[in-house]
Amino acid sequence: MKLWKLRHAVLAGFAGLGLCANAQAVTVISFGGASGEAMQKAYYTPFAEKEGVAVTAGDYNGEFAKIRSMVETGNVSWDVVEVESPELVRGCTEGVFEPIDAEKIGLQDTVMESAVSDCGIGTFVWSTVMAYDSEKLAEGPQSWADFWDVDKFPGKRGLRKGAKYTLEFALMADGVAAADVYEVLGTPEGVDRAFSKLDALKANIQWWEAGAQPPQWLVAGDVVMSTAYNGRIAAAQAEGRKLAINWAGSIYDLDFWAIPKGSPNLDAALRFIQFASGAEPQAAYSSEIPYGPVNPEAITRLPEEKQQAMPTYEANLKEAIRMGTEFWVDHGEELEQRFTAWAAQ
Amino acid sequence: MAAESADLRRQLRRVERRRSLRAFLLVAPLVLFLLVVFVWPIGGLLWRSVDNSELQQVMPATAAGLLAWDGEGLPPEAVQASLVQELRAAVSNGVVGVVGRRLNYEDSGMRSLLNQTLRKLPTQEPASWQAALQAVSPRWADPATWQLLRRAAPATTDRYWLATLDRERNVTGDIVPLPDQERVYLSIFSRTLQIAGIVTLLCLLLGYPLAYLLATLPTGTGNLLLILVLLPFWTSLLVRTASWIVLLQSGGLLNQGLQGLGLISAPLELVFNRFGVIVSMTHILLPFMVLPLYSVMKGIPAHYQRAAISLGAHPFAAFWQVYVPQTMAGVGAGVILVFIMALGYYITPALLGGPADQMVSYYVAYYTNTTNNWGMAAALGSLLLVVTLLLYLVYQRLTQQPNPQRR
Repeated sequence: MKLWKLRHAVLAGFAGLGLCANAQAVTVISFGGASGEAMQKAYYTPFAEKEGVAVTAGDYNGEFAKIRSMVETGNVSWDVVEVESPELVRGCTEGVFEPIDAEKIGLQDTVMESAVSDCGIGTFVWSTVMAYDSEKLAEGPQSWADFWDVDKFPGKRGLRKGAKYTLEFALMADGVAAADVYEVLGTPEGVDRAFSKLDALKANIQWWEAGAQPPQWLVAGDVVMSTAYNGRIAAAQAEGRKLAINWAGSIYDLDFWAIPKGSPNLDAALRFIQFASGAEPQAAYSSEIPYGPVNPEAITRLPEEKQQAMPTYEANLKEAIRMGTEFWVDHGEELEQRFTAWAAQ
Repeated sequence: MAAESADLRRQLRRVERRRSLRAFLLVAPLVLFLLVVFVWPIGGLLWRSVDNSELQQVMPATAAGLLAWDGEGLPPEAVQASLVQELRAAVSNGVVGVVGRRLNYEDSGMRSLLNQTLRKLPTQEPASWQAALQAVSPRWADPATWQLLRRAAPATTDRYWLATLDRERNVTGDIVPLPDQERVYLSIFSRTLQIAGIVTLLCLLLGYPLAYLLATLPTGTGNLLLILVLLPFWTSLLVRTASWIVLLQSGGLLNQGLQGLGLISAPLELVFNRFGVIVSMTHILLPFMVLPLYSVMKGIPAHYQRAAISLGAHPFAAFWQVYVPQTMAGVGAGVILVFIMALGYYITPALLGGPADQMVSYYVAYYTNTTNNWGMAAALGSLLLVVTLLLYLVYQRLTQQPNPQRR
């Protein structure tokens, strides 16, 4: 009798272990900060509860090279990564990301057309804007020319460290119309023009790398105005800081979910992306941080005042331009190299 | 007699051999450890800085064909055909990015040329691949493109080492300086040496009196102060660096204090520039200077100075001529330790300095993390290693004390 009970107990134990071994986990990497916290509330926790899949959250600052080394060495530990659009296109052509069939996972008609790509599904629409402390500057800067005007607005400026989202603003400050920026930047004279405009401001620039830095510096008074991700500024505003955004000449773009090639949890990764593109989670995310949803149904679920803070809101979209993905895919590496050399001097 | 002495000599040699074998066996595990953990990775690093096997690994037949070609005009049809075939194979194996990246170092339009070519080439075998390639893009009719491919074909290359010295090879193969806007590394190296030198000097000036105080105080108080010196040592490096930001930033404690006292009207720029880097690096490296000095000073008896004074020397002369030379071993150890550590510093200048204050290790990290350019990262690291070894040899030469003759 005892032996029979013991044998059954052991078998049950092994069965239990087997079930445990089947419980999946998925590692999701985003840009962190306020955006990562909003994702935790809107995506990770509800997904883990609904599907029973453990979500390990992490963050990075957009270093494409990290993903590439992982795939090249065959040691992929990230399952879903949030990438900017030039990195998505580059990764897809280089075979760094798994191809995603939007039709197969039922997202072809759920999300916006621009959010469907060969190797990625859009997450949200975000914008790089000009931000300043409205308490310190009653009359804020109205254009990128004002951003460059150190006499009118003395003090340091924050700019993102890198050629992207810096060279375009330099050209706009030099008088190039927003719609022509990428055309001008495509010529060698245009690039020289952008760099010499940056030279004029160089002594007053404080470079940021993490999205959390600009609102921190604005509040601390280290910089008098800065480029920033609009959602991070809104998060600081929600904390009671009097930071203002100037949408004129801002550059908006989509971020995408991509899956590095060779990820061990492909199925769970696809299910996560499916979940995160649903109307309910998208609306939840966008009400936490004002980044535009890619699911049109989610937009209708948001209250009016939340919609006004989105990059996709009519008034904000008026003077903004879309990020030049193809331009940066083609010219990104050489311009980043030139920028690094320039910044080091 | 002679036979006996020869016998004795043989016995002596046998004993000595056994002794040295025993000594070697004791040291063998350490030597093995050093080989595996130290020599092998550094050898790998040095190899990476000249390694050029991307093309040979991904497109071996094309690389061989390009090297066999003499470089005049366009390569033969066979080479062009193998280029297409091997590129297509590379796409299906997911390694075409490696080739694109390597060729982009030669000319930044190469990756998009490859992508465009792969997209537009006909799937069926044409009569001539050469014609098909030229139909996709006129660049394939340009001998320069093929010569570029030929330059990227050999197994080893000196391009990374030349780039760290701000040089490159032009089309004829001569070494020429890089254009102005790309020349950065020599100034970065001199900046690294400069910052390390200033930090070492400041550490010495601040650390020497501190070590002297610690060594000459009565044991109880001395030990307490020593713990205070060691306490920051046990705090995380990032915490110490971040706390300097809080102290030195425009709205930080120091500026607020100075403004409150009315000494300044606008906040001083103390961080995100060279000042911030030097202050924080000195703070972090100070214990490395104090500890060797302290241990040497602790062993110097006080009566030498007293003897000098009793013989008529001025107290300062006694200090300078009697005490200081005895501490030179500690000074040398501290200086070399602090200098070599400062040369390799990465996180402190990255967080507290501006782009013009970044040291070599920042660029090694940039090439490793941001652009995956292993060749440049390895070359910069190797050059730093070479410079450090040279300086260490100079240091050895300068501080060499003549050894008493060993029997």
